[in-house]
Amino acid sequence: MEMDNGAGMEFLAVAPEMIVLVGAIAAILSGSFLRRDRQWISRVIAIAALLSSAALAGLAFAQPVRTVFEGSFAVDVGTNAARLIICLATVLVIVLGVEELTAGPQESETYALMLLSALGAMVMSGTSDLLILAVGFLLASIPLYALIGMNRSATGAEAAMKTYLLGAFSGIALLLGVTLLYALAGGTAYATLQAELADMPAGVIALGLVGVLTGLVFKAGAVPAHFWVPDAAQGSTVSAAAFLTTVPKIGALVAIYRLLLVIPPSVNWPLLIGLLAAASMTLGNFAAFTQSDARRLLGWSTVSQAGYLLLPVAVAGLADLALPSLLLYLAGYAVTNLGAFAVIAATGRTPLEKYRGLARENPWLSVALVVSLLSLVGTPPTAVFFGKLTTFTAAWDGGLAWLVAIAAINTVASLFYYLRWIVPAFQRTSAPAAGQAISPQPRRWATQSAYAAAVVVIVMGTLSGLLLPLFEGPLIR
Amino acid sequence: MLSLVVFLPLFAAVVLAAFPKIPDRTARWAWVLITAIDAALVGVMWLGYRTPAAGQLGYEEQVKWIPNVGSSYHVGVDGLSLPLLALTVVVFLACAVYALKEDQRPRIQAALFLFLQTSCLGLFAAQDLILFFLFFDLSIVGMYFVIAGWGHGNAARSALKFFLYTFLGSLALLLGFIGLYLYAEPHTFDMVELAASAPLDGNPMAGGWVLGAILLGLAIKTPTFPFHTWLPPAHTDAPAIGSAVLAGILLKMGTYGFVRIAMPMLPEAWRAWSWLIIAIGIISVLYGALVALAQTDLKRMIAYTSVNHMGYVVLAVGAVGVAGSGPAREVAVTGALTQMVSHGLITAALFLLAGVLHERAGTYDMGSYGGLAGQAPKFAALFAVGAFASLGLPGFSGFIAEFQIFAGSIGTVPLTALALPGILITAALFLLALQRLLTGSAGKKTHAVTDLTTRELFSVGPLLLLALLIGVFPRPLLDLIEPAASTVVVLLGR
Repeated sequence: MEMDNGAGMEFLAVAPEMIVLVGAIAAILSGSFLRRDRQWISRVIAIAALLSSAALAGLAFAQPVRTVFEGSFAVDVGTNAARLIICLATVLVIVLGVEELTAGPQESETYALMLLSALGAMVMSGTSDLLILAVGFLLASIPLYALIGMNRSATGAEAAMKTYLLGAFSGIALLLGVTLLYALAGGTAYATLQAELADMPAGVIALGLVGVLTGLVFKAGAVPAHFWVPDAAQGSTVSAAAFLTTVPKIGALVAIYRLLLVIPPSVNWPLLIGLLAAASMTLGNFAAFTQSDARRLLGWSTVSQAGYLLLPVAVAGLADLALPSLLLYLAGYAVTNLGAFAVIAATGRTPLEKYRGLARENPWLSVALVVSLLSLVGTPPTAVFFGKLTTFTAAWDGGLAWLVAIAAINTVASLFYYLRWIVPAFQRTSAPAAGQAISPQPRRWATQSAYAAAVVVIVMGTLSGLLLPLFEGPLIR
Repeated sequence: MLSLVVFLPLFAAVVLAAFPKIPDRTARWAWVLITAIDAALVGVMWLGYRTPAAGQLGYEEQVKWIPNVGSSYHVGVDGLSLPLLALTVVVFLACAVYALKEDQRPRIQAALFLFLQTSCLGLFAAQDLILFFLFFDLSIVGMYFVIAGWGHGNAARSALKFFLYTFLGSLALLLGFIGLYLYAEPHTFDMVELAASAPLDGNPMAGGWVLGAILLGLAIKTPTFPFHTWLPPAHTDAPAIGSAVLAGILLKMGTYGFVRIAMPMLPEAWRAWSWLIIAIGIISVLYGALVALAQTDLKRMIAYTSVNHMGYVVLAVGAVGVAGSGPAREVAVTGALTQMVSHGLITAALFLLAGVLHERAGTYDMGSYGGLAGQAPKFAALFAVGAFASLGLPGFSGFIAEFQIFAGSIGTVPLTALALPGILITAALFLLALQRLLTGSAGKKTHAVTDLTTRELFSVGPLLLLALLIGVFPRPLLDLIEPAASTVVVLLGR
């Protein structure tokens, strides 16, 4: 591979990350100089930065893959797809939160924190060096604690504390794992790991891997470091909840995928990841059954979705479809999950029973809700269906047929609780009793985001044939 | 042409759903108009249809869709699918006419049924497993909203049970499809290619698992014993036209899957497991008939006769898999296909008639009626015709179908004669129902039952007329089915 050593060219290769960083700084600076009613300017800055970054990431698909900064950062299909999904998802989060955030006192700070955390996720997805991975982990996590705590409610404070403690613990585990792998391989670059680990004792490699994975599954919101997700989804603002259940996952799962490619087969990592996947989807589903709060329900649903997303990761490099199916599922999941949160943001209702009669009040919003939830179930022709189809195929192809069977049973089980949200929306309300407040007008930006997400869910599903080839290609280190 | 037939109803559904200002009356008539046009288009297709060479399709269309996983938008018809496409448009037209009086959100109902029609037509036209699965799932979603939105009694619960149960089936089906895909070289979801290559032959272990998953999915949908428990509550609480579509069309998706997917694509596994399939068929026939006999609720009774009638189909396709040769097998497959069409017409008519009773008097309890022959002679006449057609009286399509099924099955596997008492029990239960409803002294609800209106007559009448036509002149239908049936037998015998 031709290496370009010009420092300028190397910086150009990470321009999408640079722009997001500059956008975050510009958003917070402009926010501190602007009056409260002009804070929307910082929103425009944030969105502009994200869109430019997404555009550059899109252009980068056409460029040859390469590593920059002495092999520590890979610019390949995994990085570009993650950049694209992360940036566009963050834009959608900001748009669906316009009404909620405009009313709040820390609008520009929120945008800056979201951008920084998104940047962390982008770094995680692209790095091929354990130390940079640790930096990406911290960059993605620390703004998240603040985002969750911003809600300033009792539940918000508890959720922030829980997330912080779990994040600190899993961060330490990650660093321990990095230390172990470094000790074995004598370096932290993935290329070094791949070359040196093969002859090392499998038990120690496994221990190091488990340490690093503990940190990464925390970000992915998967078992065993998932406890923060439902609390944070319920306790923070709707936009923060939408963000934290979507964006960090993207970075973390691509990072896990990348790391596993350099772990030698002497460690049975497909089984390890397969067990984590099975545990995540099963636990997430069972816990979601009894929820009566829409945000908490989505919080647990996201734990189970992390389980499905681990399917292709468990066969990383072992099946042709593994990487494209992972990226397709991530893209589909991101827009679907944000669509469901956009409905919550639009109605401002969190208890499931308050959705009673939504179909009558606002038929299109209820259609958007049904599209999002059926996509989360995996009904064709929605985006997540094609994600599930390809990830199931990849996992079976990679030799994990048992895991595919578990995933299928879990999919059926998940239908039950998503329907618990759909059913009241289509039930007729009894005539409004005297004194009952008339439902507030749905918020415009959030409503439009829900519509847009629903349309994208269907279009992305129908056109997944065009998307899938885009997500194919080698990962380099 | 074929895509137009499939997607015309969907287009109309989107228009109806998108414009809340459309008056109810316009929506109802637009629904009838669209279904009539679609029926006419299928009629034109039938007239222009020339039997293609074995393994080929008529009206074939193929467009690249997801090339990376070997899936394409591939539709086409042959002697297996064209009769079912025709059945679909006829039943939906009958439902549209029946619903002309609907006063509960008629615009949305019309949109939903048109959506459902596209999913049914698409399924029977699909020649790609992913496309098949897509329409399979959409039909479940559509029917769920029909039952939950327009049902009565414990509709929400029945709809949920229906959704969960059949969704389980669809996931099993999906696993089976993925298995077929992975074992095919090169990997493909194309049904024509899979039928030509039979990828799992020579691999009995994997073949057994894949067939098991597909059978589970199809058996739940059909439904056969012991996977039928979702059916009676779904029917009881569904609106009349919902039941007609559910029994008339949606159940056929299961049995159609046997002849379209399971038998041609997994011939070796099918032959290995054919005894199990025969056993399930015999049990479904007898169990369905006996339980139907015990019902006092008219709709539940008709629902259980569906289990019985679909059992004959399962029995026939199972018998075809047992070793041996001869023309008997083709007769059995032809009979199975004819039974699907026949049952679709007759059961849809019976469910619509049951709906008439419920609309008038609010109950399906047969004990509440009696003496309807005097009170509502047109209703009595049509119901009697439907009952006799359903029990397999010569002169109706059911006779042609069941005669062929038994002639073909017993000719191949004499043991299938065990299912013969099913016919006797069915006859007994329908005669008993006729006696309870139509004759005797008036029951406490009889007075509420006014006779059929013109609308109802024009909805139910054509269905029974077609059943009679097929019974008297079966040749046009059989000429269509027979070449396709013999192709299935050849593919299975590889």
